[in-house]
Amino acid sequence: MATPVALRVVEANFISYRRVWKGSAVTSFVNPILYLAAMGLGLGSLVDDTAAATTLGADSYLEFLAPGMLVATTMITATFESSWPMLAAIKWTKTYEATLATPVGVSGLIGGHFIWIAMRLLAVSTVFVVVMLAFGAASAGDAIVLLIPAVLVGLAIAGPVSAFTAGRESEQGIVLLFRFGITPMFLFSGTFFPISQLPDLIQPLAYLTPLWHGVEVARRMAIGTATTLPIWQHLGYLIVLFAVGAWLTGRYLARRILP
Amino acid sequence: MQPKFDRERHCSPVVCSLVAAALVTAKGLTKHFDDFVAVDGVDFEVREGEVFGFLGPNGAGKSSTMRMIGSVSPVTAGTLRVLGFDPSTEGRLLRARLGVVPQEDSLDLELTVEENLLIYGRYFDISRKDLAPRIDELLEFAQLTDRRKDRTEPLSGGMKRRLTIARGLINRPDLLLLDEPTTGLDPQARHILWDRLYRLKQDGVTQILTTHYMDEAEQLCDRLVIMDRGKIVAEGSPSGLIAEHAPREVLELRFPVGVQDGVVEQLEGVATRYEALADRVLLYTDDADASMRAITERGLAPEQTMIRRSTLEDVFLKLTGRTLVD
Ligand SMILES: Nc1ncnc2c1ncn2[C@@H]1O[C@H](COP(=O)(O)OP(=O)(O)OP(=O)(O)O)[C@@H](O)[C@H]1O
Ligand SMILES: [Mg+2]
Repeated sequence: MATPVALRVVEANFISYRRVWKGSAVTSFVNPILYLAAMGLGLGSLVDDTAAATTLGADSYLEFLAPGMLVATTMITATFESSWPMLAAIKWTKTYEATLATPVGVSGLIGGHFIWIAMRLLAVSTVFVVVMLAFGAASAGDAIVLLIPAVLVGLAIAGPVSAFTAGRESEQGIVLLFRFGITPMFLFSGTFFPISQLPDLIQPLAYLTPLWHGVEVARRMAIGTATTLPIWQHLGYLIVLFAVGAWLTGRYLARRILP
Repeated sequence: MQPKFDRERHCSPVVCSLVAAALVTAKGLTKHFDDFVAVDGVDFEVREGEVFGFLGPNGAGKSSTMRMIGSVSPVTAGTLRVLGFDPSTEGRLLRARLGVVPQEDSLDLELTVEENLLIYGRYFDISRKDLAPRIDELLEFAQLTDRRKDRTEPLSGGMKRRLTIARGLINRPDLLLLDEPTTGLDPQARHILWDRLYRLKQDGVTQILTTHYMDEAEQLCDRLVIMDRGKIVAEGSPSGLIAEHAPREVLELRFPVGVQDGVVEQLEGVATRYEALADRVLLYTDDADASMRAITERGLAPEQTMIRRSTLEDVFLKLTGRTLVD
């Protein structure tokens, strides 16, 4: 029986990944340890437990931070996976063009791209959750459900960022995306402090970010804080962002590589 | 895998000899990019087992035509059948039977030589078990066996080109599309590649190639078309085109600076045709020695003379008034 075309692309990604998997695996472990130790324990020691309980709804700053950090990590991974390697394949090595000359069409290429990213996100968030358990920042019971908002935030980022990359002529746009899109989102979407602390004018902007929706859900799952919207609406927003992004990616790529 | 069109099975001997298995048929094939006409209603046919060439200067529309054949670029107008498939609706089936060597190498430079072939083979859903011996064979063919575990990035241009050709053969294609297979290679690397392509022809692989080089076209192509500004301006075998459009020999004359303009009129009649270029005069003739004698009898004394046989470049010059490599 024929292998679905998207899975052939996933396999190709695996073959490429074999080359870098060790470094990548170490990073996935070390990053959460560093963040949770420095910010959660170090910085968190300045937040006394009563303050944590009243303003953050958590037993400690570490508990407040960890689920947000989990989701922010998948956002960063998703952004990387759908920017540099993709631009290289479109423009520099032109391997997408080579792929499209085979039975793998645009839909297979895009499908494989997103399945691969979903698998990477799952791996990265699993490692993160294991680290959370080690820090006592999550309970074993919550560990699995935390993966849901983590992977969905990653995909909600990967969709639009892939579409953005598919339309880029140079790396300049991607540098700007990190500087003016991803970094502010990382800092101001509720990961490190509740967005209620933001100036009133800026708060609505945070509502638009996929990261904030994911943080809301992850925090509810980890420490039981109330979400602003029903969970299904937060997750639905993430799914819609992914779907629109994936659809646009296909359109832009086809126009670009199959003129 | 799609079974190959089987002449024995599908038609009677009489019909089949008439059909002569055209693998590619294009009628009025046209490609527009917005308002720009890149390919302007071309007709051609490629038959099984032959090497068919597109010769033409930059921007003639060679790659655009190749990409339509490879079903990676939609046809704007006209009809195109490739291996019995319609590229616009049966692209996936068609691409499974094609080998493609694009104008730019498009290898994954981070991967090893072998991994590039492995990944490509998997795109065609060839099992790893079947791929292993095929990769060995292709590495041998491309003379890259001792580089198989090396990263692709540092390979020489000729090696990368051979690897790209090997990659295009991973699915044992019925038709191989080669877009400028030897552009940018040194003469030795070109000769190695020509040898490899000749072997493929011997094995019965039908090939379509584009090139700027008339020597390449003369070496490799059974039949070719000359394209210019999106149109086909001539078609035939290399020797047939030369015979049809240019007398057998060319006598090139160089006169001292300033003299040429004054003497060209006196060359009337010594040859079939003459062409005055900026720096020399080309005389097209069936007998260069006889023409040379006539020139001497008329008392003309060129500074330099050279006799050579006519080439496709002369045909191109005659048909378009321009040289092939801009
Ligand atoms: N994607 C595109 N968008 C717009 N114009 C294009 C596109 N691709 C090709 N063209 C134009 O179509 C014309 C034919 O290009 P094509 O690449 O087919 O020429 P070619 O014969 O292969 O030339 P070369 O020998 O330089 O490779 C050129 O003028 C080119 O600029
Ligand atoms: Mg070209």
